[in-house]
Amino acid sequence: MTVRVQAEPFDAGALLSAFSADRKQAGGIVSFTGLAREATDGSTVATLELDAYPGFTEPAIAAMEAEARARFPVQDLLVVHRYGPIQPGEAIVFVAAAAEHRRAAFEAADFLMDYLKTRAPFWKKETGPDGERWIEPRPSDYDDVKRWS
Amino acid sequence: MAKVLMLGRLRDVAGWRERTLDAPPATLSALRALLSAEDPALGEALAGKGVQAAVNKALVRADAAIAPGDEIAFLPPMSGG
Repeated sequence: MTVRVQAEPFDAGALLSAFSADRKQAGGIVSFTGLAREATDGSTVATLELDAYPGFTEPAIAAMEAEARARFPVQDLLVVHRYGPIQPGEAIVFVAAAAEHRRAAFEAADFLMDYLKTRAPFWKKETGPDGERWIEPRPSDYDDVKRWS
Repeated sequence: MAKVLMLGRLRDVAGWRERTLDAPPATLSALRALLSAEDPALGEALAGKGVQAAVNKALVRADAAIAPGDEIAFLPPMSGG
């Protein structure tokens, strides 16, 4: 069970390969990679900047991971989340779940992403030709996380 | 002395991210009042929907005591992924 919050870019394929190695007990692995989009709601995005609160953000994500472990019979979980400036096309977040049976892996990854979208202590600012704007969760993000309550 | 942090858009509203108060007020509500008196726009933003406060990296739901050496952070609605 691992949580990493980092400024450096990461290679989602390499993370998945490393996570998948030597998994003789797992029946399946689900992974999700979230990318920075080039345009949101019709506005071009040159840079996405994620603000984090060091010492607060990591424990909060670790608590979400612990909650996912308690809810779903998974064997292992990995969450990698970036902060700082992120260019369009780069990965922001990577979640992987290994389980004996696929359903638990799908659900744990889905649950973690819904929680990360609405409760992970990050604050996102998009910068583009129209200036800067702070992004908060959409109503649909809050609807998504309610599925788990 | 206490440290005050503004995260996310609050940083832009305040024009600062981190500040040290030599003589911090005794409670979170008094700190909000002090910041609001200095900068009404910031006071309004701090009272905005979904803004939470953390003392020493733990969220506090209602008012809270502030002691010298504490770190107080104001957090707008969070959004990862």
